[in-house]
Amino acid sequence: MNSVQTAVSQTSPPKKSFLYDPKVRGIFYQVVLVAAVIFLFYVAATNAIENLQRARIASGFGFLNNTAGFDISQTLIQFSAAGSTYGDAFIVGLLNTLIVSAIGIFFTTFLGFLVGIARLSKNWMVAKVAMVYVEVLRNVPLLVQLLFWYIAVLGALPQPRNSLEMGAGFYLNSRGLFMAKPLWAPNIGVLVTVLVLGLVGSFFYRRWARIQQEQTGRQSPVIKVTLTLVFVLPILTWIVLALFGANPISFEMPRKGTFNLTGGMQILPEFVALLLGLVTYTAAFIAEVVRAGILAVSKGQTEAAGSLGLPPGKILRLVVIPQAMRVIIPPLTSQYLNLTKNSSLAVAIGYPDLVQVFMGTVLNQTGQAIEVVVITMGVYLTISLLTSAFMNVYNRRVAIVER
Amino acid sequence: MDFDAVSTEAARNGLTEARLGGIQDPSSHVELLGEHTNMKKALVTIAFGLTASLFATAASAQATLNSVKQKGFLTCGSNTGLAGFGQPDAQGNWTGLDVDLCRAIAAAIFDDPTKVRYIPLAAKDRFTALQSGEVDVLSRNSTATMSRDTQLGLDFPAINYFDGQGFMVRKKLGVSSAKELNGASICTQQGTTTELNLADYFRANNMKYEVVAFATSDETFKAYDAGRCDAFTTDASGLYAERLRASAPDDHIVLPEIISKEPLGPAVRHGDNQWGDIVRWTHMAMLNAEELGVTKANVDQMKTSDNPEIKRLLGTEGKFGETVGLTNDWAVRVIKHVGNYGESFEKNVGEGSRLKIKRGQNALWTKGGLQYGIPVR
Repeated sequence: MNSVQTAVSQTSPPKKSFLYDPKVRGIFYQVVLVAAVIFLFYVAATNAIENLQRARIASGFGFLNNTAGFDISQTLIQFSAAGSTYGDAFIVGLLNTLIVSAIGIFFTTFLGFLVGIARLSKNWMVAKVAMVYVEVLRNVPLLVQLLFWYIAVLGALPQPRNSLEMGAGFYLNSRGLFMAKPLWAPNIGVLVTVLVLGLVGSFFYRRWARIQQEQTGRQSPVIKVTLTLVFVLPILTWIVLALFGANPISFEMPRKGTFNLTGGMQILPEFVALLLGLVTYTAAFIAEVVRAGILAVSKGQTEAAGSLGLPPGKILRLVVIPQAMRVIIPPLTSQYLNLTKNSSLAVAIGYPDLVQVFMGTVLNQTGQAIEVVVITMGVYLTISLLTSAFMNVYNRRVAIVER
Repeated sequence: MDFDAVSTEAARNGLTEARLGGIQDPSSHVELLGEHTNMKKALVTIAFGLTASLFATAASAQATLNSVKQKGFLTCGSNTGLAGFGQPDAQGNWTGLDVDLCRAIAAAIFDDPTKVRYIPLAAKDRFTALQSGEVDVLSRNSTATMSRDTQLGLDFPAINYFDGQGFMVRKKLGVSSAKELNGASICTQQGTTTELNLADYFRANNMKYEVVAFATSDETFKAYDAGRCDAFTTDASGLYAERLRASAPDDHIVLPEIISKEPLGPAVRHGDNQWGDIVRWTHMAMLNAEELGVTKANVDQMKTSDNPEIKRLLGTEGKFGETVGLTNDWAVRVIKHVGNYGESFEKNVGEGSRLKIKRGQNALWTKGGLQYGIPVR
């Protein structure tokens, strides 16, 4: 093909008939191809609609407003079989997917960086443990790992009547982790205000400290001040309020019921198993991404920083990691997307994520496969594109500035 | 596409490649244009081919019997494994009450009950598989309901097992009635009527519960057996069947309450009435045979019977089989290979099986049950 094109372009006279202009013809064929593809989709869609009608299969998106009639184990919004619709079930599933993905991304980033850095450790033991972690976790299929966490680990927990009491209102049994549920009193606003003030204050203090250091080289106790403002101050306020008999937070403790603990907050074993599986599995990949990123930073940088007298921790934090981030961010984004998409394996262990609730129960109760599958695909596409867009913005900020 | 067409096509493609690789003469614009015309032709052919195949799928959805005969076997949507109803044995042979219906249909069509290909389906996939034509008949303890009949594009030609939903709990919980399940965790299978009845029952009785739904019956029961739930719910027949798989079957009891009506039966696609008739009359033949005392063992002697009802059933009088596109001795084939309904019931779920389920509602109408064979007339 190449030889033909070069041959043509080399010897074609500059001006010839419009019909023989390779550019015009190229555009023409592209347009024909696009039209053919659109036509194909159109035919497939109309044919599907026709078939559905002939087979008397309901179609359209009206089902989203119909009463669902089933219950879901974990709902972040109010959901009941009596009053909620299939549309509500969709939102419940979506939120369950988002929460496990968001929490998963947070922990997996942390664990991944830790293991990735550990693999490069000069300590033989630490490096080998990290290596074994990576090799084991990334070479066993995720589905198998999820079943391992769900059946082997959580299945070994005691029955509700013999719950493990862990103190401070925490209980563990085969129905999940139970803990005290905070109940907010009206004067919680005071506490929130103090917390917000602490956050704002620490933000400005940090900025002031940075400018101070740039100008004079004097360092300020940033961490101590931040901790005081964000933690100590609100806790003191809370204690003072409580002493004056206006406690802003009280706790509802889990109590023993006929079958299980009632009251308090419950974290389902399905959620824990899915989170553990996703976090540990994805962290193995992130560790490799991080290791590659760090190794990509030239050794001279480390040596130069060392000769300036920086201690190893600061070399890593201030010199190596910022440069490594340029290499790390793009593949890290893929891992975040993988984690989000892999959360759909929840279906195997009964965690009510989008695929389990919407493509499982809703699809089956309504029978509207095409609509349900299209919506689900659209949702995953949207979540992935949004994550990518966000990471691209971040990537542009850390990317090397070329002059 | 016949062989000639294929070879011409190949020859043309070969020529195309030769030209693409070989042309060095730049003046041959005409040749190149011809090249593109060929490509365009190919593109159009592909487009039309795809379109035609899409339309063809639409047309062939009409005549299931013809397509089954053409394939040479019946594709039967079966349970992924439910003792007594549909389960492969150690040798990989499928057995069960629902499986017998598929075998009977194959026997009626091919005079050979083994010409069935079983496709194990989870509850949540079963109707999609039937709608899309992946299976010819779904014989998988599916409850007939109005919405499935009218919105899913399905028909339920017969009811081969009358059932109802129940609960199973561990004995050591000390629960003796479903009304005492307030606050319990309950394991159920997704995409079933069970899931909906459960919500209805607890709401009607003003009780709270935690539902844990799984995709397959296998996962559901494993989770219950592992202690994830206090109770396990499904159709009563399923409870007895699943209990056999528990790590300690005697530790579990089935509660007395039956909370719903579950008429279980085969399903076919809406719109192919001839196929629906074949499935219905296969079941009816098995019922009528039981009522008339025709069994696997005596069916050949019964052909000489003077009883006009038996004569019509076995095709020695009238041409009933031909009216649904089968042979007139279709019922003989069914009974000879599979037996009558009573025989199939006893062998798979009744006294002759590990399940030991009583006939109850599934006895013939003459014995106080609900199974009623429509007359062959």
